Amino acid sequence: MASEPIIRLAGITKTYKTGEVEVPALVDVDLTVEKIEMVAIMGPSGSGKSTLLNLLGCLDQPTRGSYLFEGREVATLPKRDLSALRLSAFGFVFQGFQLIARTSALDNVALPLVYADVPVGERRARAKEALARVGLAGREHHTSAQLSGGQQQRVAIARALVNRPRLILADEPTGALDTRTSVEVLGLVQSLHKGGITVVMVTHEPDIAAYADRLVVVRDGRIQSDKKQIPHDAAADLAAMPEKAA
Amino acid sequence: MRALASIIPLAFGALRRNLMRSLLTALGVIIGVGALIVTVSSGEGSKAVLEEQLATLGTNLLIVLPGSSTSGGARGGPGSGKPLTHADLLAIMNGASAARYAAPLDRTVVQVVLDNQNWLTTVYGSTPDFFAIREWSLARGRFFNSSESDSGAKVCVFGQTVAKQLFGASEPLGQVVRVKSMPCQVVGVLASKGQSSQGQDQDDLVVMPWVTFKSRMMSQDRIHVGSILVSAISPDEVSHAQTQVIGILRQQHRQLDGQLDDFTVRNLADLAATQEKAADAQTGMLRNVAAVSLLVGGIGIMNIMLVSVTERTREIGIRLAIGASENRVLLQFLVEAMVLSAAGGLLGIAFGIGGALALASTMGWPFVLSPLWIFVAFAISMAIGVIFGFYPARKAAQMNPIDALRFE
Repeated sequence: MASEPIIRLAGITKTYKTGEVEVPALVDVDLTVEKIEMVAIMGPSGSGKSTLLNLLGCLDQPTRGSYLFEGREVATLPKRDLSALRLSAFGFVFQGFQLIARTSALDNVALPLVYADVPVGERRARAKEALARVGLAGREHHTSAQLSGGQQQRVAIARALVNRPRLILADEPTGALDTRTSVEVLGLVQSLHKGGITVVMVTHEPDIAAYADRLVVVRDGRIQSDKKQIPHDAAADLAAMPEKAA
Repeated sequence: MRALASIIPLAFGALRRNLMRSLLTALGVIIGVGALIVTVSSGEGSKAVLEEQLATLGTNLLIVLPGSSTSGGARGGPGSGKPLTHADLLAIMNGASAARYAAPLDRTVVQVVLDNQNWLTTVYGSTPDFFAIREWSLARGRFFNSSESDSGAKVCVFGQTVAKQLFGASEPLGQVVRVKSMPCQVVGVLASKGQSSQGQDQDDLVVMPWVTFKSRMMSQDRIHVGSILVSAISPDEVSHAQTQVIGILRQQHRQLDGQLDDFTVRNLADLAATQEKAADAQTGMLRNVAAVSLLVGGIGIMNIMLVSVTERTREIGIRLAIGASENRVLLQFLVEAMVLSAAGGLLGIAFGIGGALALASTMGWPFVLSPLWIFVAFAISMAIGVIFGFYPARKAAQMNPIDALRFE
């Protein structure tokens, strides 16, 4: 099954009901993502790109169509199984960090392991390791209020990778960050990708999408274009950038 | 189990972050549980006092008193009307099948003298059955027996107080004292009964045979009896015995149908039951207060948990999105509500015990609280957490993670 794609969407349609009116968010979308790709989904707001990401992350279910994740049909799974799948296979990086307030970085990162019933000692060790991997060793006990935006997003990334996911889903991962910090964060995502994790990232900025090796453009609930590209190298870009003014 | 172990510290953390709010929320439960503990404890305490008093009176006791006379509208009180007689006593002894004992009782207050010591006390004249009826027991010596009683022997039995006042530490048995100038040998000392419910010293008495009493303390009158004590064969038979005694005495006194009794039969069990009922009514009212307070406390917890769930919508969204199952989120908020109300329950138990101790010392009854009630109070507070925490917890668990994450 080496050739089995990690994601295979066929004829996915999602319609929202607002009162009497049915609003189509996605219409008949086909999309296949191979293992260890880094895909950027780009489109203006309202194009359906967030809906697509939510469906991919099993946070939502399609109105019609088929979604094979690692060859398994998940479009019709019950809620309980979707939770288990999110816990074991996906890592989420949300827009606006979405860390739990007044809670230390370590506890935030360890949260998925709590729900996976990992024993407390191993939980702390793995959370620490994940924080070190995103360059936040020594900041374990800072709460989000004590961390900068870039650091908070790194905590979020550490949380996404702590349960060793096969797929990382990122929704506007650099939305609230300045250019330099954005590139830093993208460098981190690229290094995870190189480490063997499939990444799907939603953005509305072409500059950000340029760091992926495949670009899918969504407009009005349909895929407008889908092509491979040579990704920018975040590490190289960062080296070329002037140091941030203190 | 591991899930619970990780959730409980989480719940404590969440409650500590809003300590003041948590305390105020738990107040209803604190007051409710406290009131429950005070109620139960004071109920048990006052009942213990009542039972103790009943026991010193003799549980199956009926007292027959002579009727009162009415002359020109002024009622003379007991003893002013037709007196009871020794024949009445015999009729009761022979005719009342529900009565085990019947004894005459006359009394007077006299000076008891031993050498250069003397003491003013109440002297009772009765028969040996008196000791059985009043459930007296002996500290030392013996009661006078029926032959001494019938022959009018000059013997007497001392209460603890009289023995102490006249003899101090020395041995009273076999000693001869003078009771209203009559020499009298002490054959027994009664065990102490302590104070009565009216604060009277029940040990301040001397008992001698009724015949001796009537011939030596009174003026040779062996017909009239001051009062008659009757003991029913069992507590259940008290009212039956009462009916029988009334019937016999009406016949003895040749009373016509419709005529009012010219005597009174007092049933002490009734009296005690009335007192107990009054105490029960009081504790019942307090218990209602406790129940209402617990209900209000539960609603308070539900209210604050709903507020908390709304406030923490994003947190719930995060937890659900990263893969927490609905059950885990439900459990988290349920445990939080339970910790809140259980903590309130523990505080309530502490305050309740404090209140019950204070009440017991002011009212002069013993502090009684069975551990079972502490457990029950705690269990109730836990149950309140579960019952009133369930709806908010379910609301949290059933959130849509996408909407919850977007919540501002």
